[in-house]
Amino acid sequence: MAAVAARELRDGEVVFVGIGLPNLACNLARRTHAPRLVLIYESGAIGAVPERLPVSIGDPALVTGSSMVCGMADVFQSILQSGRIEVGFLGGAQVDRYGNINTTVVGSYERPAVRLPGSGGAAEIAIHARRLLIVSKLSLRAFPERVDFITSPGQRHDGVPRSRLGMPGAGPVKVITDKAILEADEATGEMVLAALYPRVDDADVRREVGWSLRRRPRLGRVEPPSATEVRLLREVLDPRRLYLKG
Amino acid sequence: MRDAVARFVHDGDTVVIEGFTHLICFAAGHEIIRQGRRNLTLARLTPDLIYDQMIAAGCARKLTFSWAGNPGVGSLHAFRRAVEGKGAAPLEIEEYSHFGMVARFSAGAARLPFWPLRNYMGTDLPRVNPRIRTVTCPYTGEQLATVPALNPEVTIVHAQRADAEGNTQIWGLLGVQKEAAFASQRVIVVVEELVDQSVIRSDPNRTVIPGMIVHGVVVEPWGAHPSYVQGYYDRDNDFYLAWEPISRDPDKLARYLDEFIYAVPDRAAYVRKQPGLAARLRAGERFSSGVNYGF
Repeated sequence: MAAVAARELRDGEVVFVGIGLPNLACNLARRTHAPRLVLIYESGAIGAVPERLPVSIGDPALVTGSSMVCGMADVFQSILQSGRIEVGFLGGAQVDRYGNINTTVVGSYERPAVRLPGSGGAAEIAIHARRLLIVSKLSLRAFPERVDFITSPGQRHDGVPRSRLGMPGAGPVKVITDKAILEADEATGEMVLAALYPRVDDADVRREVGWSLRRRPRLGRVEPPSATEVRLLREVLDPRRLYLKG
Repeated sequence: MRDAVARFVHDGDTVVIEGFTHLICFAAGHEIIRQGRRNLTLARLTPDLIYDQMIAAGCARKLTFSWAGNPGVGSLHAFRRAVEGKGAAPLEIEEYSHFGMVARFSAGAARLPFWPLRNYMGTDLPRVNPRIRTVTCPYTGEQLATVPALNPEVTIVHAQRADAEGNTQIWGLLGVQKEAAFASQRVIVVVEELVDQSVIRSDPNRTVIPGMIVHGVVVEPWGAHPSYVQGYYDRDNDFYLAWEPISRDPDKLARYLDEFIYAVPDRAAYVRKQPGLAARLRAGERFSSGVNYGF
């Protein structure tokens, strides 16, 4: 999933890196096909070139050798809100039919069954990044028809398209999972099946999605990770398995 | 530290111990716990382990925040128990996103009543936090989100160094400390090293907090552990991992507070209790090249 996500980043792009798997994917991309990727972390590290995999988005290795370190007011106002982020990259506990993400609560807000960490910078990344990539492991629990709480907005809110709500960015264009890639349908804003991993079929994906998943007329094939990608991930980037589980 | 907390942190205050992963002043949080402060409103973007400990110790009535997790590990379980209704005491919460919290401090620092931002459309945050509102721009007619100023009674900032007047220099991640300090009625800076004023004046661009807004300077080496100080010591990631099972179990958490906070008189004793810290975490050397301030 990390390798597949990394391939979505183009060399030279400016990417706002979220916590968790996006952090790993961005650092893999920088060490493979996108050496000029500009990594921006909400902690204020601009053009980070971490020599070790950052354990968090505030890791000291993000500072050493970076091109700029600024305060968080600058990050959110002058870099994100001003439209300078080309790609936002988020994970999510729940992702719904329209790519709305929930990282706040499972259940009701007032009496949550599970309290999650909340937005952090995710809400504004989803609003402002020119395009948004989401990575999340496929499961019925993680992909409900409608999330319990919209932390970070997707393509539609109560049926209203995001452009009508005044959001500058294009929103979630792809959801990268461990079995398939979903893409936002341009007409309906729905996440639709766009590509399958090897040895996975339509039905395997549908079983793990809480809405009647539509599909592109022609599905793409996701290439398995190359030997180089696997080696970098396991031996260089994440030998302690901070992000790579199982 | 004992005197600074006794003098500047009072029951019922809104207290901000800022620092984004970097420079979180655990020494101040521990002293506030030891002195038994109650009914505090704790505000921070990322409550982190320090507010989890302060919530567990019963210091907090309310938490104002934007991301409450253990970065790269999982949950803050004392926080979760309180919010999920399984804790010893209820905890009121007021929740924003990071941008919202940054904007609240920016308004507070400028002594404006609110701060406008293009944000929150399509999210459920304004539904659960009625203090996130909107304003119509008088120039463009555009509707913008607003958040209210945050002006805490006291802000505590950890830093690499300051002089005796409180002119404080920080390098590495700057977080929102400058805005939080300027927004605050009282400011305590806690530093790894107290330096002569000539050191500060040799590199004034590195000063983030001027002495004119500082009420107390505390010298407390290793005062940010298990957080980190760029150029001094690394983050104790092993402790952040260890916090998961400790905070998950209220009895283990209580034993932790007893052993590492209540049973030690101060930070020096806390450091002596953990003899391997320097060998494990001391920072390597990566010096910057200096600049010419001449004219």
